[in-house]
Amino acid sequence: MNEIVLLLAAAIASGTPLVLAGLGLLVNEKAGVVNLGAEGMMLIAAVAGFATAFGTGSEMLALGAGALAGATAAAVFGLLVIGLNANQYAAGLALSLFGGGFSAFVGIGYVGRKLGDPAASLTGSIGHWLADLPVIGPLLFGQHPIVWLSLALTAAVAWLLYRTRAGLVLRAIGESPESAHALGYPVRLIRFAAVVTGGALCGVAGACLSVVYAPMWVEGLVAGRGWIALALTTFATWRPGRVLLGAWLFGGVTLLQFHLQAQGVAIASQLLAMLPYLATIVVLALISRNPAWIRANMPASLGRPFHAD
Amino acid sequence: MMRVTLLPRFEPRGRPSAAMSIASPLIALLLTALLAAALFVALGKDPWRGLSVFFIEPLSGWRPASEVLLKATPLALCALGLSLCYRSNIWNVGAEGQFLLGAIAAGGMALWIGGPQGALGSLAAGDGMFAALAGRPLQLPLVLLAGVAGGAAWAAITALLRDRCNANEILVSLMLVYVAQQLLGYLVFGPWKDPAGFNFPQTPTFAASTWLPPLMAGTRLHWGFVLALLAVPLFWFVLFRSWRGFQLDVSGQAPAAARYAGFSARRALWTALLISGGMAGLAGAMEVAGPLRQLTPHVSTGYGFTAIIVVFVGRLHPVGILLAAILLSMMLIGGEYAQSRLGLPGALTGVFQGSMLFMLLACDTLIHSRVRWRHARPVSS
Repeated sequence: MNEIVLLLAAAIASGTPLVLAGLGLLVNEKAGVVNLGAEGMMLIAAVAGFATAFGTGSEMLALGAGALAGATAAAVFGLLVIGLNANQYAAGLALSLFGGGFSAFVGIGYVGRKLGDPAASLTGSIGHWLADLPVIGPLLFGQHPIVWLSLALTAAVAWLLYRTRAGLVLRAIGESPESAHALGYPVRLIRFAAVVTGGALCGVAGACLSVVYAPMWVEGLVAGRGWIALALTTFATWRPGRVLLGAWLFGGVTLLQFHLQAQGVAIASQLLAMLPYLATIVVLALISRNPAWIRANMPASLGRPFHAD
Repeated sequence: MMRVTLLPRFEPRGRPSAAMSIASPLIALLLTALLAAALFVALGKDPWRGLSVFFIEPLSGWRPASEVLLKATPLALCALGLSLCYRSNIWNVGAEGQFLLGAIAAGGMALWIGGPQGALGSLAAGDGMFAALAGRPLQLPLVLLAGVAGGAAWAAITALLRDRCNANEILVSLMLVYVAQQLLGYLVFGPWKDPAGFNFPQTPTFAASTWLPPLMAGTRLHWGFVLALLAVPLFWFVLFRSWRGFQLDVSGQAPAAARYAGFSARRALWTALLISGGMAGLAGAMEVAGPLRQLTPHVSTGYGFTAIIVVFVGRLHPVGILLAAILLSMMLIGGEYAQSRLGLPGALTGVFQGSMLFMLLACDTLIHSRVRWRHARPVSS
């Protein structure tokens, strides 16, 4: 029993970067923009976050730096895609390729470095006695505050998208930018804002990986989580609550390999490491099988540029 | 009322500019070089020396140039296949995985038929049968064919899931890259590891009969480069002079028109993915049968990803792709030189390659629109 609770708690911790990135990409896609640069943004933000944590010792600043780095990278993407009408797929791939190279280049001095004393960590500040409660203790109170942030963000995004006027406009732009434009909404501006917001969230996710979860920096640290987060929006049929559950599920799958290895299961570690990627493919195929389901939920203008003339 | 427009305005052209389509990669290259120079200055290096390391020294002399062509070979082969995909609007971004599977299949075949010195215990059982069937001259073609089949099979998974389940080909092909990397790691750390290799993660060296011979003595450049050169006119013919190529082009540019004309979208999907997978697999096979002669975890240095940049810089045109492959290969070699000669991290290559694609996409705006600078033009209100 206790072991299961701990495993669940660990799955939530490991899924949290996916929650953050998945929510960011959800906001992007609800506005009709696919950003294939998620992996690159997360990598750049992971380095920025790690460097900040290394320099200042503050997790809060590190997550902020990650958000800033992700938002900046997303702004470049937005400029290309929204300002210059470049192909979204090509520009996103460019960002991912650039992010891979750039993060490796900038991060080379941080490989093998350790972050300082966790005294500056956010974890210490929350009451320890709550974490000793049975079941909900480890699940909720033993978690890093970023887990709570991800929960709050899920609720906030759901509320924003489905309960506010701004969310309605955002979704309208994702469904039909032409109609939104005819109604007088600044389509490009709102899309750009959505892209930058998505980038900031991917950035927090990247920094969360390198500063809180790993915590370390190696080249390619993100290891495909940006792409999994992209797949997550499809799994979740573009619903924030389902992004959360899907991310935890994938956090669990990622964890499974370490758990099985620790249990001494006689399967090569490389084969176990395939699990999250294989699971992504399988779930993606299963969800996509129902074309009506996808069509009913997918923002209709997804991936299409908008020409205001 | 005066309106001052400081920002340039983009005005749509009547038709895409062919001249700009060719000029755009050159402008992008120039901008990348400027960015590179600025970066060298920021790093405290002489910018001329830095640029020379990336763009001149890789071509100074036959030896470095042969290395450039060696690395351009897999880039060109992968990119030629990908151009078919992108022309038909099928976003295969997993050439890296298809390359690795080609390398794995070719390596497996080479170990299997390559005679006793390279034989692996369990695999050598096939020796008797194959030694008779595969005489020495047949061994290399078999190895290369295995590579093609491996790459095509890997791409076929993407095609199948897209065809049957409507699964997004970008995500599936990319996830399969990670799976392929782990599979390669599993094989060279596990069942295919050289028992006499001091526990290094590598297979035994393949038998000499399966090697791709070098083009010139003293260099590593092999006959695969000639094959890549031959593939250029072949792809030109397929893309621009064949019925199938026309169908692919139409289905990419105007899916509705393609449907109306009765061109099968499924057929386009399978054709494009199988051919591009096969090409990437061939590239992987030639990499292991050529310069490497064994499998290690580092068979590829990201050729399949760099090939995506090659396709765009090469304008999805076979001749352009060949030139772009040489250019990006120079940048790969330049990265090695920057490491050994300037003491800079080799990851600079990735920064420049990514920047170049960014610049290119920005410059491509000029194909469809022209810039208008209108300063202080009075507008009557």
